[in-house]
Amino acid sequence: MRGRDELRYSRAVNAQGQPSAIRFTDVHVTRGGIPVLRGFTLDIAAGDTLALVGRSGAGKSTILKLINRLLLPDAGDVSVESRSTRNWDPFALRRRAGYVMQEVGLFPHLSIAENIATVPRLLGWDDRRIASRVAELLELVGLNASGFADRRPDQLSGGQRQRVGVARALAADPPILLMDEPFGALDPVTRAEIHREFRHIQERVRKTVVLVTHDMAEAFALGTHVGVLADGALAIVGPPAVVARSDDARVRPLLEPLLEATTVLRPER
Amino acid sequence: MSLLNFWRTHAAEFTTLLGQHVLLVAASTLVAILAGVPLGILAARRPRIGAPIVWLANVVQTIPSLAMFGFLLPLPFVGGLGARVAIFVLILYALLPIVRTTTAGLRSIDQVLVEAGTAMGMTPGQLLRRVELPLALPSIVAGIRVAAVIGVGTATIAAAVGAGGLGEYIFRGLSMVDSTVILAGAVPSALLALTIDGLLTLVERALRDAGGKARRPRLAAAAGLIVIATAIAGGALAYGVRRGSDAIRIGSKNFTEQIILGELVAQTIEAHSSLRVERRLNLGGTFICDRAVRSGDIDAYVEYSGTAQTAIFHQPVTTNSRQVFEDVKRQYGAAGLTLLEPLGFENTFAMLIRGDDARTLGVTKLSEAARFSSSWRAGFGYEFLQRDDGYPGLARTYGLHFARPPTAMDLSLIYRALADRQVDFIAGDATSGLIDAYGFVMLEDDRHYFPPYDAAIVARSTVLLAHPELRAALAHLSGRISVADMRRMNRAVDADRRDPAEVAREFLKTAK
Repeated sequence: MRGRDELRYSRAVNAQGQPSAIRFTDVHVTRGGIPVLRGFTLDIAAGDTLALVGRSGAGKSTILKLINRLLLPDAGDVSVESRSTRNWDPFALRRRAGYVMQEVGLFPHLSIAENIATVPRLLGWDDRRIASRVAELLELVGLNASGFADRRPDQLSGGQRQRVGVARALAADPPILLMDEPFGALDPVTRAEIHREFRHIQERVRKTVVLVTHDMAEAFALGTHVGVLADGALAIVGPPAVVARSDDARVRPLLEPLLEATTVLRPER
Repeated sequence: MSLLNFWRTHAAEFTTLLGQHVLLVAASTLVAILAGVPLGILAARRPRIGAPIVWLANVVQTIPSLAMFGFLLPLPFVGGLGARVAIFVLILYALLPIVRTTTAGLRSIDQVLVEAGTAMGMTPGQLLRRVELPLALPSIVAGIRVAAVIGVGTATIAAAVGAGGLGEYIFRGLSMVDSTVILAGAVPSALLALTIDGLLTLVERALRDAGGKARRPRLAAAAGLIVIATAIAGGALAYGVRRGSDAIRIGSKNFTEQIILGELVAQTIEAHSSLRVERRLNLGGTFICDRAVRSGDIDAYVEYSGTAQTAIFHQPVTTNSRQVFEDVKRQYGAAGLTLLEPLGFENTFAMLIRGDDARTLGVTKLSEAARFSSSWRAGFGYEFLQRDDGYPGLARTYGLHFARPPTAMDLSLIYRALADRQVDFIAGDATSGLIDAYGFVMLEDDRHYFPPYDAAIVARSTVLLAHPELRAALAHLSGRISVADMRRMNRAVDADRRDPAEVAREFLKTAK
């Protein structure tokens, strides 16, 4: 039953004539003797923002690591741009897939500008091109270029650091963006603000985004498609509206907090 | 102040020694950085390989430096004499702090940053260069600072193997029992350590909180490199003043008489030829000087015939002085060394007791001393305790049994120990100026245990052949120095605290 949901999603995408950017085919991953993914199959279309939701330990980060070849599947296949990750040069692949993580991981010994310039430097861009790209990205994520370029990460607030993290991931204009609980550490107000900005950015850059989160609200706020991960496979995947109406026993618990909040906010309904 | 005065009168020598010291430390620290940082990286990456490396470096650190010099002297390539072995030892000592702090620095890096770098497509090499090493740099610099400061201290010991440096004053001062000379080496060595410590602390601090500008770490690292490079260049410059292949290198053992003799030989060459002379005095004991002249680290030094016969060639003790001399000369010849004509005096071992003991007990000969030896404590130099012609044979010949096993002590302290009644019986030098100064009595060797100890210059035969004027110059010294002359000169240095070079100069002038 589960398999049919997945196939429906991939068929629907392919029916629109869009090439699939990332494809998981019957992927099995075991880590430390414990199976993390068991027959995980998924197609992600170019330009989509797929938000994967699951509890901690559901294998969300593993899925991201399979895409940029920090991990290889024990069985099955992961392909990026129609090429199996086994056949990708791992360094070239990672430079084509921007990575944003909850801890951000800005290099404390480098300025904001140098942090953003990391991948362009690895790719050997010249200084002029890097400088103009850095300025462009700082503006894109809503930071004043002249004010922030020379600062160091420890002089920034959490929200500012997270914006720089996004800018760094987008620096070399990669077709893919991987985000691991990207905004989980931010306070709710900053988070809502950055969600808005992210949607705005994504409208302009149209990356293939894979975002993992434990928070269904974030998934609904950001994803063009939402997938729910349970027991090492997809419980459901589809547009937010479809997922929200699901009565699958593995999906409902994740939706409950949202429904409660709604009840509180609109008691008469 | 006598210390300032000493530096003023020895300005050129002081500059050279300071330069040598800085060069020893800078060169060894630099090599230790080049070897230690990669080893530290390896230790952080592969703990299974790394743990033994750190363990080994730890063990090395526990070996006393003097013992380490002793271990390495006989080895090929690193052994021999002088700066080579000294730098090798200093490198070994500098390795541990650098390996450790490199490993610790790398291990303390937040794994999130490593993950971020990897996920952005850095190769392991790029990750190391762009992320890990820059972040570990303050820690590594701290290790370099510790290594350099330890190095400054250990380098003073390097003078014992003829590497020069400020330790030369310390050892010279010890053998002359002159605290001014000791301080002349010890004070600048301490200041040097503090200066290096201060400079590298500044670099370290700049790296740790490069407040504001991210370019600062690179500036600070560059500044650190400039400090090291300047030290090497400056040291090399000062060192170069004294080094040079055409110079005749004169060595000496590490006691007053030998230093004076070294000066006499050096000044005689300078006065009677145009050859340049490099003084490598105060090298160490007989074994070190012998090895040095054989390996070509020095070209000549003064040896005593009986010492050569027993301690160097391991021949049985004989008492005919001419026969011993010819015997030794022949054996030196086979080793490519030439024993020149005797200088004129003999320096036998002198068994000494305090004057008041001698009078109370009525002892003048060693054969009479056996009766009292059971109530005496004895103090001997390290070499005398070991040598074939030293203590074991002496005890057998005269039936000496002391109250407790003899105390081993440095030659420079032994006379003082007898005078202060810490010991009652010592083996000194017959020519020592301190014998008269302290009123000691020398017990007669009435059973002729000791071989003759005629002083004569041992020189490398090839050097004598290459410089005929050298042999001619040295001939001026043959038969020139009497026992009385030698005792007077020793006394002038040991008791009157005069400068050996000056005492030698005076002797050569008046004895003309």
